[in-house]
Amino acid sequence: MKTDIVLCGVGGQGILSIATVIGEAAMAEELYIKQAEVHGMSQRGGDVQSNLRISDQPIHSDLIPHGAADLILSMEPMEALRYLPYLKPDGWVVTSCVPFVNIPNYPASDMLDAELARLPHVLSIDIERLAKDNAIPRSANIILLGAALHVIGIDAEALQDAVRRVFAAKGEAVVQANLKALSIGSEQIKG
Amino acid sequence: MKKLLLGDEAIAQGAIDAGLSGVYAYPGTPSTEITEYIQQNETARQRHLHSRWCTNEKTAMEAALGMSFMGKRALVCMKHVGLNVCADPFVNSGMTGVNGGLVVLVADDPSMHSSQDEQDSRFYGKFAMIPTFEPSNQQEAYDMMEAAFDYSEQQCLPVLMRVTTRMAHSRAVVRIKEAAREENPLNYNAKASNWVLLPANARRRNDLVTAQQTQLEADAETSSFNRLSLPTTSLTSEGERVPLGVITSGIAYNYVMEALAHRPNLSEEEEPNVSLLKISQYPLPKRLVRQLLDTCQRVLIVEEGQPFIEEQVRGVCENANILGRLTGELPRTGELTPDSVAKALGCPEHHTEGLQATASVILPRPPQLCQGCGHRDVYIALNEVLLDFEHPRVFGDIGCYTLGFLPPYKAIHSCVDMGASITMAKGAADAGQWPAVAVIGDSTFTHSGMTGLLDAVNEDADITIIISDNLTTAMTGGQDSAGTNKFEAICLGLGVNPAHVRVVVPLPKNMAEITRVLREEINYHGVSVIIPRRECIQTFKRHSKVKKG
Repeated sequence: MKTDIVLCGVGGQGILSIATVIGEAAMAEELYIKQAEVHGMSQRGGDVQSNLRISDQPIHSDLIPHGAADLILSMEPMEALRYLPYLKPDGWVVTSCVPFVNIPNYPASDMLDAELARLPHVLSIDIERLAKDNAIPRSANIILLGAALHVIGIDAEALQDAVRRVFAAKGEAVVQANLKALSIGSEQIKG
Repeated sequence: MKKLLLGDEAIAQGAIDAGLSGVYAYPGTPSTEITEYIQQNETARQRHLHSRWCTNEKTAMEAALGMSFMGKRALVCMKHVGLNVCADPFVNSGMTGVNGGLVVLVADDPSMHSSQDEQDSRFYGKFAMIPTFEPSNQQEAYDMMEAAFDYSEQQCLPVLMRVTTRMAHSRAVVRIKEAAREENPLNYNAKASNWVLLPANARRRNDLVTAQQTQLEADAETSSFNRLSLPTTSLTSEGERVPLGVITSGIAYNYVMEALAHRPNLSEEEEPNVSLLKISQYPLPKRLVRQLLDTCQRVLIVEEGQPFIEEQVRGVCENANILGRLTGELPRTGELTPDSVAKALGCPEHHTEGLQATASVILPRPPQLCQGCGHRDVYIALNEVLLDFEHPRVFGDIGCYTLGFLPPYKAIHSCVDMGASITMAKGAADAGQWPAVAVIGDSTFTHSGMTGLLDAVNEDADITIIISDNLTTAMTGGQDSAGTNKFEAICLGLGVNPAHVRVVVPLPKNMAEITRVLREEINYHGVSVIIPRRECIQTFKRHSKVKKG
């Protein structure tokens, strides 16, 4: 198996904790992993992305070539579109549909929706509403991860175990909230 | 044991496991996580390894050299421009040599994700005659630390280890040792005749170190980190050459392998019809380079950063068969990507072009000062006060507050290097400019601003200095700042008139007071220092969380 994922969003939205969970699960599954992150200046409210590659064969490049990503997993709709050149023609976009507006000329949301609608495989979800409605307001990013479960190529159980280990230090309530988030996310594809 | 580690973390773990006694560093992207990892590591804590942040890279380099002088293993870490700050002790450490192993880890930032230039530190290694290591992946980075410390002690020279952003900030699974090597004991083997760089001693050392270069190059020829692979089957007769050879180093090696693995019409068993030399230890192994050149018609040189290898291979003789950044096969500047390397290798780019969104829908989202950040209040106040003047000039510095250049503030006119705000404002005032304002952060001030302030005080320069104090080093993520709680004392100690050292709290509700103080001090014709002081909003949130928890 081999899955190339572009994780993206705006600095501070928590894309790195999604990457941590996938990385933890991939390591337990004895897979090869390469994960290029962005630290430093761009973390201050700018666009951020992380290239996450997992495979059962050795991986050479830390960066994903153009047209090779299986999945764009995005915390923000305009940011999802920014990385389309990296997506395979039949790749998936799983994104939050809630715009993060911190620039004056942010495009109208119907324009973003129209762009997303053109894609062959797209799941655009209001993860923030889902998180609030289910009383797990801090787990929106893990709902997004759950929604991409079918593309990642790692078993749900392995990801659940990874969530338990990653959040263990924060207590059982946080673990349970994130397990619930994973499950809510995974139901989105069926709807 | 296996761990999922950033390149920076693999380096830190490798250093601890190699018997490190101390790390010395000033935070700088992309090198910061090395020291942070050591600060949090259990073994490092039990052994009381030195890991506190230093005031700047020069103090760090010198302290590490002192630790090495006593026979222990020391690591000094910095970003590439930090090497400029400590160039003096760095180059001279090549003259003194070392006693305990000394590794100087420099993280370059090609494409300038978080930097002012894309200088390539390998040039420093060459002109300081210091052997240089350059890992290609996280495992190699881990393994190389022990090799670098051993080699440093074997050759009695420091080792420069060069990484780039993608190496520093990319994670992979790394196999690490079960136990760390013991630290070196203190010893008194360092001889004054080597360490006192009076001209007579320095000349002798210079001859020795120059002569030693032959040995360093011979070691690079046989280093297990440098690998030459020639296509055995394709070269049937003497003098026959494959069409393409590749010389590559560091992270670029991975892009080459990625592209070669995806070449069309290449079955699993078939050998790539390419000669390949991977270089991870310098000085340049010239014999290996010649061996490769003898097997191929053309050679492509793929290296991250500036054309360091390429210029040496080309020498002074222009040769159409040596291709790389200097001939346009690869971009002359900026980071390499798997795509730019695949194209240069003549491999068709991965699939199609990928997908495209309508360009007008995707807008740039530059970084900005956080909501609730005190620097915002400082710039709002400063901009209001400067409306009084026709040609105010504001000299900025390195840190989060450099973002004050961007809208909506557009508040600074320069940002060059650590500490340059104060000295450039002074030079501008010397030229007749008024008002000349310097904006500098607390950590940058202690890093390189204090000496400039002394110059300004000694000439009573007509400048206004704003030390925007958020009690931390924030652009790199909130590390301790060397001068916290000492700024008024430092300014007074350097001779600033006490009546013109003013402290304000940058909050919107205090805007009237801040603008009044700024106006008064700009209109005072001499050195004045205004210290707007409020904790960084990011570290404040983190601290409140810890308190609640």
